Amino acid sequence: MLRFKYLSAVMLLLGAVLPWNATAINQEGLASRFLAQKYSANIIESMLAKTLMEIKQGKTGDALDTVNQLIQTTPNFNLAYLIRGDLLASRARMLSGFGDTFVKDPRQVEDLKEEAEKRLESYLAKNKDHLQPNLLIQLDQSQRYAVVVDTSKSRLFLYAKQEDGQLKYISDYYVTIGKNGIDKKAQGDKRTPLGVYFAASKLNRPLPDMYGEGAYPLNYPNEIDVYEKRNGSGIWLHGTPTDTYSRPPRASDGCVVLSNPDLKTLHPILNRGNTPVIIANNVEWLVDTSGDVQAQQKQSLQAAIEAWRKDWISQDSDAYLSHYSPQFFYSDGDFKKWASYKRSIQLRKPKVDVGIDKLSMFTYPNAQKPMVVVNFEQDFRSASLQNRMKKRQYWINENNQWKIIYEGAA
Amino acid sequence: MHTIIIKSLLVITLGFSAWSFAVAGNTNAALKEINLLSEQGNQAAALEKVNTYLSANPKDAEALFMKGVILVEQGKRDDAIKAFVDLTEKYPNLPEPYNNLAVLYADQGQYDKARKALETAIKTHPSYATAHENLGDIYARLASEAYDKAFKLDTSNARAQGKLSLITDLFGGKAGAGKTTVAAKEPAKPVEMAKPTTTTKLAENKKPEVAKPEVTKPEPSKTTDTATNDEASLLNAVNAWAKAWSDQNVDQYLASYADSFKTPKGESRKSWEAMRRDRVSRPKSIAVEVNDPKVTIESADKAKVQFSQRYVANGKPQGTRKTLTMVKVGGNWLIEQEVAGR
Repeated sequence: MLRFKYLSAVMLLLGAVLPWNATAINQEGLASRFLAQKYSANIIESMLAKTLMEIKQGKTGDALDTVNQLIQTTPNFNLAYLIRGDLLASRARMLSGFGDTFVKDPRQVEDLKEEAEKRLESYLAKNKDHLQPNLLIQLDQSQRYAVVVDTSKSRLFLYAKQEDGQLKYISDYYVTIGKNGIDKKAQGDKRTPLGVYFAASKLNRPLPDMYGEGAYPLNYPNEIDVYEKRNGSGIWLHGTPTDTYSRPPRASDGCVVLSNPDLKTLHPILNRGNTPVIIANNVEWLVDTSGDVQAQQKQSLQAAIEAWRKDWISQDSDAYLSHYSPQFFYSDGDFKKWASYKRSIQLRKPKVDVGIDKLSMFTYPNAQKPMVVVNFEQDFRSASLQNRMKKRQYWINENNQWKIIYEGAA
Repeated sequence: MHTIIIKSLLVITLGFSAWSFAVAGNTNAALKEINLLSEQGNQAAALEKVNTYLSANPKDAEALFMKGVILVEQGKRDDAIKAFVDLTEKYPNLPEPYNNLAVLYADQGQYDKARKALETAIKTHPSYATAHENLGDIYARLASEAYDKAFKLDTSNARAQGKLSLITDLFGGKAGAGKTTVAAKEPAKPVEMAKPTTTTKLAENKKPEVAKPEVTKPEPSKTTDTATNDEASLLNAVNAWAKAWSDQNVDQYLASYADSFKTPKGESRKSWEAMRRDRVSRPKSIAVEVNDPKVTIESADKAKVQFSQRYVANGKPQGTRKTLTMVKVGGNWLIEQEVAGR
């Protein structure tokens, strides 16, 4: 059968998309993985990868079948339509590259190409053993999941706590971040903040269609953001409009956007509320041996917190205040104000007891000095006051010593 | 839109001697009369006669086919589809009914169905040129649909326009003389008997001599203002362009384009030239044929030439419809715009 095949042109399309190691991937491995993932949340990405690999192998007919299947399971997948367009167009004319059609704004083609690159890169990366982020993460008793967003990869990683408290990789999802990238500073800058945030449960009120399956607000700006004079608000995890399966890697106003099916999958987890969401750029992954470093850090920080608690109970103001950094700040002022206030109430050394439980710890990503967000429930008892409260502290490591830089109610 | 609907069934019986197909040229008198009625525009009478004929010869492929074509002429698209589907069921090896089904499906915007029909036609008759040409057109339309969806473009208008122009094409024979794309009588050739397709090469003997390797401008047209002269010099210019392309004489090829040439994607002339230089010089061999040209002179110095282009690079053939918008600059016809697939 005579067929129009213009492989060189289609290869050109692919060359622009496939990452460096794509050819090194074992094809059989890919095929079996494709089958294995048939029922997983990432079936769509496997089909996309399969399409691109088929193009790579010159099986453009198979690639067209696969992309058609993909479109059938995932209507409104713009990237899939673009690849379908290229595959069909290659039968009618020569292609000059990926997305060979005229659009007024060439950025639109670039966006989809970038999406293909990001998705494929992440898909292929799964061949490696799965990965723990090189971040100190300890969940409290009530938390069962942690979310890590790697903005450089356009990816959200989901971890679940195991019985031993260690985190286990569950799955990962493609996300869209701010149009102008990361490091949000101001309202309207269309950037995604980097930091440790907590996602509240799903917003109950009706939302415009652009939020899709729903929205889970993050507590941006957090205490450190406010201290650093970052502003803006309404940074959420949310879905896509009903007519759009996914958006390009950089397209939001700063929110982290998931596809609606992915967000739906995550709903039972996110709707528990108080989900830690660590948004980092270029997450480092733990190499096997470096786990010890994390464990040591965790131990030393836990020891520092315990020392702080004991010095508080002792009502020895000098010892107690030695746990605070000179840069310390709180809702009412700076270290000086905090010190004089604490000294005045600790003057008569009343008998107090302080208990700490539900302790969680999260490394603050991309921070200048090592910094960890610590949350716990504090049980304070004295003759005049019995108070249980949720507390948040930011601890920084200065000259190999842990110091509190912020403390307040959470 | 130049999807071609076939009006004659040119069946070559491949060892189906038991089948009594009417072979073209052998059409019996009754069918010839029906065909004549239809060509004269008397579709109602033609339909009545063909129905009568079919009640006596219910399995006559040519009569069944004729009925489908008459229904198309009457604008009864759905009935025509039924007739052609019926024919493909009775004679699955005939490519023409698939081709016409494809045209009708495409007219309804059902490009995927159209594609499948054409692919079936090509499967049985790999050298069926019309189906290839139509298929290229369908792929291009499917591609453009996919691109539109990729970028969420509102295509409702474009699609409506597409339909209109298809209708014009189908009835072009009556509506506007010279614009017709109907009735290409290209026989489908089975593989075993593959012969070169009969293509009308345009004015081959009139090709201007091109001095090599120096760049020469296409032959200036004579100063007479008659349309025929213009037509001849336009065809000469197009032929010279195709020859320069085939010879991979890049300088000569690029000299066929006017300074006012509109680059396809609005890119700079320089980057377009660089791209073309690469594309034209890279293949080991190129052969470009200009078939079936139609010249529309719009003014003394502006004209359009539409044709089907057969492009073979390194042995891989590619067919496309092409429209060149030509402008007369200093007595020479040069290309101002080059549009493929229309």
